[in-house]
Amino acid sequence: MNLWKKVCPLEQIPRLGAMRIETPKGAIALFRTRDDQLFAVTDRCPHKGGPLSQGIVAGHEVTCPLHGWRIDLTTGEAVSPDKGCVTRYPTKVEEEWVWIAL
Amino acid sequence: MRKPRLVVVGNGMAGCRTLEELLKLAPDRYEITVFGAEPHPNYNRILLSSVLAGEVPFVETILNDPTWYETHGIRLHLGKRVVEIDRISQRVVAEDGTSAEYDRLLLATGSSPAILPVPGNDLHGVISWRDIADTEAMIEASQKYRHAVVIGGGLLGLEAANGLALRGMTVTVVHIGAWLLERQLDRYAGELLQKSLEAKGLRFMLQTETRALHPGPDGRVQSVEFADGSRVEADLVVMAVGIRPNIELAQRAGLYCRRGIVVNDTLQTYDPKIYAVGECVEHRGVTYGLVAPLFEQAKVCANHLAEFGIARYTGSVTSTKLKVTGIDLFSAGNFMGSPQSDFITFTDPSAGVYKKLVIEGDHLVGAVLYGDTVDGAWYFQLIKDRQKITEIRHQLMFGPHHLGNTGHSGENRAAAMPNDAEVCGCNGVTKGAIVAAIKANGLFTLEDVRKHTKASSSCGSCTGLVEQILANVLGSVYQPNNTREKPICDCTDLTHAEVRQAIREQKLLSIPQVMETLGWRTPDGCATCRPALNYYLISTWPHEAQDDPQSRFINERAHANIQKDGTFSVVPRMWGGLTNPTELRAIADVAEKFRVPTIKLTGGQRIDLLGVKKNDLPKIWAELGKAGLVSGHAYGKSLRTVKTCVGAEHCRFGTQKSMGLGIRLEKALFGMWSPHKVKLAVSGCPRNCAESGIKDVGIIGVDSGFEIYIGGNGGIKTEVAQFLCKVKSEEEVIEYVGAFLQLYREEGFYLERTCHYLARVGLDYVKAQIVDNPEKRQALYERLLYSLQGVEDPWQKAVATQDREYAIMEMTE
Ligand code: SRM
Ligand SMILES: Cc1cc2nc3c(=O)[nH]c(=O)nc-3n(C[C@H](O)[C@H](O)[C@H](O)COP(=O)(O)OP(=O)(O)OC[C@H]3O[C@@H](n4cnc5c(N)ncnc54)[C@H](O)[C@@H]3O)c2cc1C
Ligand code: SF4
Ligand code: FES
Repeated sequence: MNLWKKVCPLEQIPRLGAMRIETPKGAIALFRTRDDQLFAVTDRCPHKGGPLSQGIVAGHEVTCPLHGWRIDLTTGEAVSPDKGCVTRYPTKVEEEWVWIAL
Repeated sequence: MRKPRLVVVGNGMAGCRTLEELLKLAPDRYEITVFGAEPHPNYNRILLSSVLAGEVPFVETILNDPTWYETHGIRLHLGKRVVEIDRISQRVVAEDGTSAEYDRLLLATGSSPAILPVPGNDLHGVISWRDIADTEAMIEASQKYRHAVVIGGGLLGLEAANGLALRGMTVTVVHIGAWLLERQLDRYAGELLQKSLEAKGLRFMLQTETRALHPGPDGRVQSVEFADGSRVEADLVVMAVGIRPNIELAQRAGLYCRRGIVVNDTLQTYDPKIYAVGECVEHRGVTYGLVAPLFEQAKVCANHLAEFGIARYTGSVTSTKLKVTGIDLFSAGNFMGSPQSDFITFTDPSAGVYKKLVIEGDHLVGAVLYGDTVDGAWYFQLIKDRQKITEIRHQLMFGPHHLGNTGHSGENRAAAMPNDAEVCGCNGVTKGAIVAAIKANGLFTLEDVRKHTKASSSCGSCTGLVEQILANVLGSVYQPNNTREKPICDCTDLTHAEVRQAIREQKLLSIPQVMETLGWRTPDGCATCRPALNYYLISTWPHEAQDDPQSRFINERAHANIQKDGTFSVVPRMWGGLTNPTELRAIADVAEKFRVPTIKLTGGQRIDLLGVKKNDLPKIWAELGKAGLVSGHAYGKSLRTVKTCVGAEHCRFGTQKSMGLGIRLEKALFGMWSPHKVKLAVSGCPRNCAESGIKDVGIIGVDSGFEIYIGGNGGIKTEVAQFLCKVKSEEEVIEYVGAFLQLYREEGFYLERTCHYLARVGLDYVKAQIVDNPEKRQALYERLLYSLQGVEDPWQKAVATQDREYAIMEMTE
């Protein structure tokens, strides 16, 4: 079952930036894109476990800092020709606060 | 609003390639309809030779299967030949009456084989070779009949002859020229080739003109008669005597045609709504019969169909490779030369090796290689880029030493490598895996191979090997990248040089402004272009342009090197490699307090604390700062280290104070961002214990002053630094070095080390700016000082501002 949890004020995550959250379910990377959408995925690259939260965000994609795989944040899938995926978590913004469902 | 309609006539290699390029740029712009006279989806025509030789089944030559057309919403009419273009009502009509209206029309009708005008040329058993139907007819004939005659000793003829011989026929090649491939090879190489092919069982009749073909009792061809009246037996005759561009359709529609359909540099015909690409066109008086130029045309044409309007096609230099297994030949450019040319040749008759390089002035203009074609791609690149070769002329014949870089244990012959040999040491990719990926996915470029296999996508030292493998698998289709004209990434068609220029001339100050002004295709760019743009902005407009942390790689954002497990490393600066008890104590204390798992001496004369948690970084920096330690920038495209030897301060041989000068240089350049990292060294005498010979800038103290060397590199590919000049005082060293580094900062492309920059612009150019022109040198040095004004230690700044990069949330139950 998904439980909504309050994370932080929206302004704490810069546009095209990310926040790493340590949760009981492991580390989660929370991204904010230019259009102010929020995406939360496991902070482990499907390639060799790189911390995606440290990558460069462009459009709705993040590039892993270790070996440059690209992950599509809308699907959680690696961009072809790489293959693999990360778990996604629902997010929402209410009154300028970020929430995540674990 | 209705989408504009694009109609393509010709479903071959050039037409489909243009569509692929167009879909990359503007996937939704057009409603697309394709007409193809053949009943097959687009296949790789050049592989028909391998199909005939029995090396590849036909299905493997398909480039775009019917689902590709479907997924892109393309209406495909197979087996329908277009017979009329109505330019008034903008409509094309096919043989069976099917019609389609267009807003833009693309003609890619290819060419047809030429047929010799001799009696009997329409007999049963006389064919030419263009498509899969012809190939099937040849295979079928080879099963029933014995004697084949191939007319024409060009590329196509020889590949036909080879294939038929492999299928068991006795084959005679009849050729009118004095040697084989006379349009691709000089006489010597042509004769070597003939010998190798004779050893494979082929027979040749050179300088022989065909007069007539005669039928047997069954009406099928039975013999070929020559101008001298002699005859040879033949129950299959293949004519491979050249091609004729298919222009009839265009001609009937009133479009201007000469040998081909005439197009301009944007691939438009005389009717601006109608474009044309491929073998059917004539551009600046030239028609082409190889696919590489067609791919270049496709790219430019797609750019204009997508209405980006920036690309120009200015013609192609082509290269040749013959696809006959076991025969290595390569030729490119003006291989025959002219009376003004110099020739460098190499022959080793018993090994069957022959090489000829044609040089005019400062440039390589042509090359013929036979028996050893390893360096073909490199020569081709030199020819295409028109690179100056004066400085490397004496070693040109020995190849680029491009291969055998560290990590490949001297491996330098892709062809000789077994399939299970590792090509890319970083990603563990074997030769077999690369070959399979090229074949299975129809890859054509180095970029494609990088994407699909990861080979050569990390440190890049195997790039030469991968290029060779591509060249071997693809033959002449392989086009090495024109590095100078390569766009930064898929987000733009502009090159590094063009973007740098625009930023300077239009005074662009932020990434969004660059992207908007220069028409970036993606709103945010990507992980390749953003760091480059950020560097160009801050180096061109220091103190004015905005530095964007989100466009820096994590190491530069976090002021620390990320490790494989997501922890970081901390490398404090030790000026000139010197330290003292206070610093050492502070390092020992933080290591103990924060339980740093590994402490290591780096190759850059300082200490590395490895395995630090991101949250601890600011705390460690704060404590190190108290002892006066600042960031060593071990993570940045910036000044790294200045290595020194003990020098005249202590050493019995020292002539100059290397430690002192090293520290002065390091302090003067502290905090300098650059296209790539910059490493210096200062040695006190020519024994050179600080290894100045492999540094971006190396100084060697001699009795009478200092020698300055630039452009060395000790990394992926060892590069010996080149002598710039000799100066007398430490002050001069700092000014000359500062000026050179500023020149590199202003003109270097992102991720180009000084050695690559120097190879691009040439040592003479740098000397002219730095050594021979004092005003220029001083101006450069002053600009460097200006950009370094007010530089702060990034660590103490991050501590003071409580940089957000370190905020990590904990969520516990
Ligand atoms: C720490 C150190 C190894 C050591 O323990 O000695 C090191 C570590 C790394 N080097 Fe290095 N290099 C280190 C000295 C060198 C040297 C020797 C030197 O500086 O005298 C070289 C060859 C000299 C040269 O650069 O010309 C060297 C050539 C490279 C290269 C190849 C550069 C090239 O242009 O060929 C890379 C890859 C790159 O930068 O793209 C690289 C990249 C790296 C990176 C940053 C890989 C990365 O991007 O994450 C390594 C970080 C490891 C980590 O997990 O923290 N490292 N690296 C050395 C740090 C020196 C320092 O005090 O700052
Ligand atoms: C056996 C063989 C081996 C080759 N090997 C090499 C090689 O190693 N390297 C190399 O660079 N090149 C090679 N080539 C040449 C290369 O295949 C051509 O340069 C390339 O295919 C030309 O592309 P194109 O699109 O212009 O023409 P094509 O690929 O011929 O495509 C034109 C298509 O248009 C169709 N068409 C024509 N008129 C109409 C019409 N009115 N209506 C509808 N459809 C029409 C044709 O049926 C054809 O399918 C080889 C060619 C052959 C035959
Ligand atoms: S430290 Fe340098 S040489 Fe060693 S593994 Fe890392 S990049 Fe390779
Ligand atoms: S761990 Fe992410 S790309 Fe390798």
